[in-house]
Amino acid sequence: MKKNGVKMIKISSKNVDVFYGKKQALFNINLDIEENQVTALIGPSGCGKSTFLRCLNRMNDVIDICSVKGQIIINDFDINDKSCDVVRLREKIGMVFQKPNPFPKTIYENISYGPTIHGMAQSKNEMDEIVETSLKKAALWEEVQDRLHEPGTGLSGGQQQRLCIARAISVKPEVILMDEPCSALDPIATAQIEELIDELKKDHTIIIVTHSMAQAARVSQNTGFFHLGELIEHGSTDKIFKNPENKKTQDYITGRFG
Amino acid sequence: MNLILFTFIVLLGFTSYYFGRKKAYTIQYTKKRLTALPQFYGYYLAIWCAIPAFIIFSLWAIFEPTIVKLLILSDYSNQGYLDNELNLIYEKTKSLSRGQFTGEITPFIEASAKKYINLRSIAQSSKVVIVLSAIIASGAYAYKRISSNSRTREPVEKFLKAVLFTASLAAILTTVGIIFSLIFQTIDFFKVIPLFDFVFGTHWYPAKAFVRDSSEALDPSMYSDTFGAVPIFAGTFFIAFIAMCVAIPIGLMSGIYLAEYASVKVRQYAKPLIEILAGIPTVVYGFFAALTVGPFLKEIGNSMGLDVSAESALAAGGVMGIMIIPFISSLSDDVITSVPQSLRDGSYAMGATKSETIKKVIFPAALPGIVGSILLGVSRAIGETMIVVMASGLAANLTLNPLESTSTITAQIVVILIGDQAFGDPKTQAAFALGMSLFLVTLCLNIVALRVVKKYREKYE
Repeated sequence: MKKNGVKMIKISSKNVDVFYGKKQALFNINLDIEENQVTALIGPSGCGKSTFLRCLNRMNDVIDICSVKGQIIINDFDINDKSCDVVRLREKIGMVFQKPNPFPKTIYENISYGPTIHGMAQSKNEMDEIVETSLKKAALWEEVQDRLHEPGTGLSGGQQQRLCIARAISVKPEVILMDEPCSALDPIATAQIEELIDELKKDHTIIIVTHSMAQAARVSQNTGFFHLGELIEHGSTDKIFKNPENKKTQDYITGRFG
Repeated sequence: MNLILFTFIVLLGFTSYYFGRKKAYTIQYTKKRLTALPQFYGYYLAIWCAIPAFIIFSLWAIFEPTIVKLLILSDYSNQGYLDNELNLIYEKTKSLSRGQFTGEITPFIEASAKKYINLRSIAQSSKVVIVLSAIIASGAYAYKRISSNSRTREPVEKFLKAVLFTASLAAILTTVGIIFSLIFQTIDFFKVIPLFDFVFGTHWYPAKAFVRDSSEALDPSMYSDTFGAVPIFAGTFFIAFIAMCVAIPIGLMSGIYLAEYASVKVRQYAKPLIEILAGIPTVVYGFFAALTVGPFLKEIGNSMGLDVSAESALAAGGVMGIMIIPFISSLSDDVITSVPQSLRDGSYAMGATKSETIKKVIFPAALPGIVGSILLGVSRAIGETMIVVMASGLAANLTLNPLESTSTITAQIVVILIGDQAFGDPKTQAAFALGMSLFLVTLCLNIVALRVVKKYREKYE
């Protein structure tokens, strides 16, 4: 979304360091993420891109030995501040994981899970509506509308991942984090998810971690390249792929290492 | 002698392994490719050496006494002896041959004893000869067969499969044997006591059956109102219910704490400590219940003006519950821990708190295992004996008051079978009938448990 021709910054990370125990995993990351755009994070395995993604909704809290330093500002508010309510934060920032992880519940219950814990629906009708719109936005409604009360784990891999996306958008998050959402899927399901990502960026800011450079080039407007825990280069996807400034970025994109 | 022979077979088996392997190495040394690793040749030879010898050895051990007995008693045939008289003669012969006979020695018996000693020594030496020649024959046969293109891997694998199969067969056959012994005794019991009286009778008073003079003829009518099992069934379920009321909440909650909340360090110490509870012998729980908890409850009850029996269902059930806690907590901890982390991540990422995640995602996912652990606990509670015998008394009261004493199936079996029993007596057979019904109850529990778990699995997988 542009206001007065200037792109709005949704998330801004400042001097972010992450440690696993004594080992430092991220070094001084400064990255601004534009609103209603898709930002791709690329880099070789173990470079810290997933760790950075998990900083943005404080999922690293779950890991005991992990500690995050620095500021991550979302809507003018530092989420690493003690006053930040993680429950509210994660309501605003949804996440989709590498492996589809639907709950062992029905399709309906999978979607209604988030709205229920955040008290977003006052009546059964309202909930039905949330479930329907979420599934429609995730392009899954047509396929599952007749079996909403069957287990979500009975769907195919691609359908499960779209169910997880529907679950994430059910609470109307402002940002959706995607951690290699297509790595467990076949090319057809991947194409469907990519199409969906393009659609979703109208209402949400999307950050996607991916191993596929082709995917980053296809779906994203901005790209950040991570290497050994450092953010080497970031900018518009066009520029990163066609005209990278850094030698390492160029080597990685042309497939010379990684 | 047997022990030496047995050790010899085993030792020979081990040595032949090395011979077989050595021959295989020799073949390999001449640059010929083997069809299997050299060890297989060793195993092959060891099996061929030891197993036929071992089979002959065991068959001999089984049939030798019978045959010797037949040969000895053949001298006494056609002399009009009864079966049990013949048995007596044989026993006398055996003890005389060992020099332990103390009674009057008749020439007949003396002759038999001599014959017995003679037969035994022939049997022993022929056994050694036959077993040794079996080893040599089969070993030599197998050794000769080892060549570069002989198949050894398949027979060895087949042999291993057969050994494993035999092991599981032994377990199954034992179960079947126990069930059959239960069934026949139970049928005998119900020939005297009508099934209806047993299942619906409300008076359990086996002591009445103790006073029967064994020379008297069996009169079923004197057992009316003696073997009515309702009070002890009620007592069993009642005490198990009290136990589960203690064990399920505490066990589940501690399981959830250990799996989800406890830090690695706490878990490291707390889990073994809780599991120590499972290692305490039930008899210790029994006197803990009888001497500590029972009197304590009685005192509390008295101070509140309640009449509490020193041996109460509450004391027995409560302590039994404590005994079952580690089963439920440890097992549910395991199943909760095995719920994939991705489900937790998914729930946290939606903004769910820890308790919401546990309640709505983890617990349903772990439910089949949790139900399994609870049902395991229930069958422990129903089958538990010592605590009830010691803490809840032996009088079979039909009551639902936890402060009174009551008795269970297991405790009654103990009461019936302690001391001398006469086989074929309804009193003794009552124990089998009780055992049978206990078995049926736990069997049904297991079937129900399996179905519950399966139904749930079908729904969610």
